[in-house]
Amino acid sequence: MSHAAHIEHSAVGFDSHHDGDHGHHHKETFLTKYVFSQDHKMIAKQFLITGIIWAFIGGLFSVLFRLQLGFPDQSFPILETFFGQWAEGGKIKPDFYYALVTMHGTVLVFFVLTAGLSGTFANLLIPLQVGARDMASPLMNMLSYWFFFAASIVMLASLFIQTGPASGGWTAYPPLSALGQASIGSKAGMDMWIIGMALFIVSQLLAGLNYISTILNMRTKGMAMTRLPLTVWALFFTAVLGVLSFPVLLSGAVLLIFDRTLGTSFYLSDIFIAGEALPNEGGSAILYQHLFWFLGHPEVYIILLPAMGMVSEILSINSRKPIFGYMAMLGSMFAICILAFLVWAHHMFVTGLNPFLGSVFVLLTLLIAVPSAIKVFNWLTTLWRGSIRFTPAMLFAIGFVSLFISGGLTGIFLGNSTIDIHLHDTMFVVAHFHIVMGVASMFGMFAGIYHWFPKMYGRYMNNTLAYVHFWVTIVGAYLIFWPIHYQGLAGMPRRYLDKSQWVNFSQFHELDAMITIVTIIVFAVQLMFIFNFFYSIFKGRKVTTLNPWKATTLEWTTPINPGHGNWDGEIPEVHRWAYDYSKDGRDFIPQTEPVSENESTH
Amino acid sequence: MTTTFFIIAILVLGFLITFQIAKASEYVAVIRGEEKSRKQTNKINAFLLLVFLIVGMFGVYYCNVKLEGKILKFGSADSDHGLLVDQMMKYTLIATGIVFVLTQVLLFWYCFKYQEKENQKAYFFPHSNKLELIWTAVPAIILTVLVTFGIVYWYRITGPAPKEAMTVEIVGSQFKWEYRYPGPDKELGQKYYKKIDPSAMNPLGQVWEDQLGHDDIYINGQDEPMHLVVNKPVKLVINAKDVIHDVGLAHFRMKMDAVPGTPTTMWFTPTKTTAEKIKETGNPDFVYEISCDQMCGSGHTNMRGTIVVETQEAFDQWIASKKPQYKIAMEVKRVADSTAAAGVAPVAPVAKDTVIAQLKH
Ligand code: HEM
Ligand SMILES: [Cu+2]
Ligand SMILES: [Cu+2]
Repeated sequence: MSHAAHIEHSAVGFDSHHDGDHGHHHKETFLTKYVFSQDHKMIAKQFLITGIIWAFIGGLFSVLFRLQLGFPDQSFPILETFFGQWAEGGKIKPDFYYALVTMHGTVLVFFVLTAGLSGTFANLLIPLQVGARDMASPLMNMLSYWFFFAASIVMLASLFIQTGPASGGWTAYPPLSALGQASIGSKAGMDMWIIGMALFIVSQLLAGLNYISTILNMRTKGMAMTRLPLTVWALFFTAVLGVLSFPVLLSGAVLLIFDRTLGTSFYLSDIFIAGEALPNEGGSAILYQHLFWFLGHPEVYIILLPAMGMVSEILSINSRKPIFGYMAMLGSMFAICILAFLVWAHHMFVTGLNPFLGSVFVLLTLLIAVPSAIKVFNWLTTLWRGSIRFTPAMLFAIGFVSLFISGGLTGIFLGNSTIDIHLHDTMFVVAHFHIVMGVASMFGMFAGIYHWFPKMYGRYMNNTLAYVHFWVTIVGAYLIFWPIHYQGLAGMPRRYLDKSQWVNFSQFHELDAMITIVTIIVFAVQLMFIFNFFYSIFKGRKVTTLNPWKATTLEWTTPINPGHGNWDGEIPEVHRWAYDYSKDGRDFIPQTEPVSENESTH
Repeated sequence: MTTTFFIIAILVLGFLITFQIAKASEYVAVIRGEEKSRKQTNKINAFLLLVFLIVGMFGVYYCNVKLEGKILKFGSADSDHGLLVDQMMKYTLIATGIVFVLTQVLLFWYCFKYQEKENQKAYFFPHSNKLELIWTAVPAIILTVLVTFGIVYWYRITGPAPKEAMTVEIVGSQFKWEYRYPGPDKELGQKYYKKIDPSAMNPLGQVWEDQLGHDDIYINGQDEPMHLVVNKPVKLVINAKDVIHDVGLAHFRMKMDAVPGTPTTMWFTPTKTTAEKIKETGNPDFVYEISCDQMCGSGHTNMRGTIVVETQEAFDQWIASKKPQYKIAMEVKRVADSTAAAGVAPVAPVAKDTVIAQLKH
C-alpha cells in the first residue's frame, strides 16, 4: 500500500517523493473508514467518542449517588422505575451505592481520563505534531482501540448482570474483592471487572509502545527531540509511565483471579467469613496494595501529564508568548516521571507499613511537589506580559492551572504521613484527587477538544455554549469540591452513604444537599457540551483558514480536512522549536520556517 | 415524580434558550465581523476571570466562616499524638495558604492585566535561569522544613508504646467491632482464626490451651463502648477477621488499618474524659466514635463503635464487673456436655442462648 511506503520514508526522517493525493487512491468503504480504520485521526475520534459515552455514564452515576448523599431521607420513585430491586422504594441500597461509586471511579479514571484522554490526543497529535503520516504501527493502533472497545463491552455488560457490577471501590482491595461471600459485587461482577481491566491493560500497552516508537523514530526532518512541542513530550512520558506500570497492575489482577478461582493464597490469610473459616493461610492482603499503587500512583500522572502538555501548548499559543522555561518543563516532567514510581506507598501510610519506610516515602512524595511547583510558576510566567486571547480552550487551560494549584497544595497535607494518619480515607482525600486529577484533567481534556476540534472535524464548536460550559463548570467544580475538604477535616470517612447515626459526622446536611444540587447543574451543562460537540461535527461553523489559532506547530500545515497520510505533498521540514511567538516583532513563526540570518537567538 | 419532571423540564428549557442565544450570537458575530466580536468577548472573559478571583477568594473566606464550627479545630485534638497532627496541619496550612493566595492571585490577575489590547505586544521571554532557580529552591526549602517536622512527629507517633501503656485488642469484622482486654496479667492470650466459634462463646478464636488468655475479657462493641483511661497511654492491637477494615479515631487524630492475617498496632494517650468533652462541647450526646475508614462492604457506613474515656477508678470498677471469656466459654461447654451426657438431645439453640445470657451478667 502506498501509505505504508510513505511511513517507511518518514521513518528515516523525511519524505522524498511527491505524490499529491494521499489517502484518496484506495477505495474506502464505510467499514474501513469509520470502523476498522487504521488512520490515527479516525482512531483518535473513536477513542474520543467512546470516552464521551463513558464520561456520560460515569457522570450519571455520580449524580445518582450524590442524590443519596444530598437527600438521604428522601425517596426518588424514578430510581425504582429504572433500577428495580437496587433502589427499592426509591432509595438507593448500600450495595447499589457502592456499585455506583466503584464503577464511577473505574470508568472515569481508566476509561475516560486514560483511554479517552491519551487515546484521543496521543493518536491525533503525535503524528501530526512530529510530522509523520501515521503511527509506527497503524495496525497495532487499531488493535489498541478494539481492545479498549472489548474492555468497554465487558465492563458495560457487568452493569447488567444479576449480582451487579464490582462494588469494592476502584482500587478493588482484597480480601473484599476476592471473596464472593464478602460482598455481592465481589461475585461475577468482580470477575468481569478483572477481565475488563486486563483487556484494558493490553490496549494501553499496545497504544503506549506505538506512541513511544512513533515519537522516537518517525519525526520529520529537523524535528530534534528538543524541538518537539510539549504536548508530544507529555504524551511520551505518559506512554513510558503506562508501559512500565500497567504490567504490574496486570500481575496484581492475575494473582487476584487466582485467589478468586484457584484457591491460592496470595492475598488471603486467616479469614473467618460468613460463619466459616477459610483454609487460606500465609497470604498478604497488603501485597495487592503495593502492586496496585505501583501502577496507581503513576496512573494519576498518566491522567495528568497529557493535560499538562496540552495546557502548556494552549497557554503559549493564546498568550502569544513562548512557553516559559521549555527545558525546565521537560526536566520537571522527567522528574515527575521518575518520582511517580517511587512514591506509591504514600497511599499506604496507615496499613501498618514500617515507619522508617513510611518516612522515606514522605520525603520522596514531597519531593514530587517541587517539579509540580516549577510547572505552575512557568505557566504563570508564560501569561506574564502576554497578549492573551480567551478562546474556550484557553479558559479551560487557565482553569486547569487554578485547579492544579488548589489540588496540588492539598497533596502536601496528605503526603506528610503525620497528617495523613488523620486524613487518610476521609473526604479530604476525595476533595484532593477530584480537584487535582479528576476536574483538572477534565479541564485539560476540554481545552484539548475545543482547541483541536477544528483539526478533527474542519469545523468550530459553538463559542457561546463553550463559554457557558466553562463558567458553570469551574464555578461548580469549586462549589462541589472545596467544601468537601471541610468534611474531611471533620474526620468524615469516605464512602459513607448515610451519616445520620454518627454523632460526629452528621452536621453537614445542608452542605451535602447544596453539593448535590450543584452536581446536577454541572452535569446538565456537560450534557450541553456533548450536544455542542455532536451538533458542531455536522453543523458547526466551517473552518476556512489552515491555521485558525495562528500556531507554529505542524498540524496546522496540513489541509483543513487532512486525508490518511496527513500532508498532500511532502512532509514539511522543521527548522526551529515550537514556541517562536512574538519573536522579533513577529506574531508567530511556524516551525517550518528556516531560521533567518539576522534572527535573534535565545 | 412531578418534581423530577419539573426539574427536567426546567433544564431542557434552559438549554433550549441557551442554545438559541448561542446560535444567534454566532450569526451576529459573522455579520458584525468575527474579529470585532472576538475582541469584545475577550474583554468580557478577562473581566469575568477577575471577578472569579475576587468572588472566589471571598467564597473561600465565607466557606470557612460557615464551616469552621463543624470541623475538628486544629489544636483541639484529644490525644497527645493528635496535638502533633494538629500542629503539623497548622504549619502546612500556613505554608500552602500563602502559596495558594499568591499563585491564584497572580494567575487571574495576569489574565486580566495582559488580556489582548490594541497596541500591546507580547514580550518574548522564553526562559531565565535565575527565576527557575528561585522557584526550584524556594519550594524545596519550604518542603524540607515541612518534611523535617513531619518525620520527627511521625517517628514520635509510630515509635514503640511506653511500658506503662495498657493494651486493648480491637477486631473488625463485617460490620462490627469487638474488643479484648488482657486482664490482670496484662498479656493477651493467643488466638487462631480457625478456633473462632461464636456459638461456643469463642468469638475471637482464643486458644484456650494458652493460659495467658484465661483472664482476657471480651467486649462486644455493639453492646458496649471500649473503655479507656484518661492520661494513660493505650496500645491498640488491631485485627480483622474477614476483609480489611480501619480503626478511625477522628478526635484522637489516629487511624490504622485492620488487616486479616497481619495484626497492626497504634498507641496514643487520651487527654480528656468523655464527661469533660460533654461539658466542653455542650453536647450531652457527645461520644468518641470509632469509624471504619476502609471500604469493607455494604455495611461499611454503619460500622460504628464508641469509646468512653474515664478516670482510672471508673475504669477499674467497670473492668471488675466483667467475667473473663474463658470462664464463660467453659461454663457453656460444661452445660452442653452435661446435657449431652444426660442423654438429652443436643442443646436446642434457644436453651443455649438463655444460658449464655445468664452467664454474661
Ligand atoms: C503535590 C503533589 C501531590 C502529593 C504530595 C500528593 C499526595 C497524595 C497522597 C499522600 C495521597 C494519599 C492520601 C490518602 O489516601 O490518604 C493522595 C491521593 C491521591 N492523589 Fe495525590 N498528591 C499529589 C498530586 C496528585 C496529582 C497530581 C494527582 C493526579 C493527577 C493526584 C491524584 C491522587 C489520587 C487519585 C488519590 C486518591 C486515590 C484513592 O485513594 O482513591 N495527586 N495524593
Ligand atoms: Cu499517589
Ligand atoms: Cu468499613
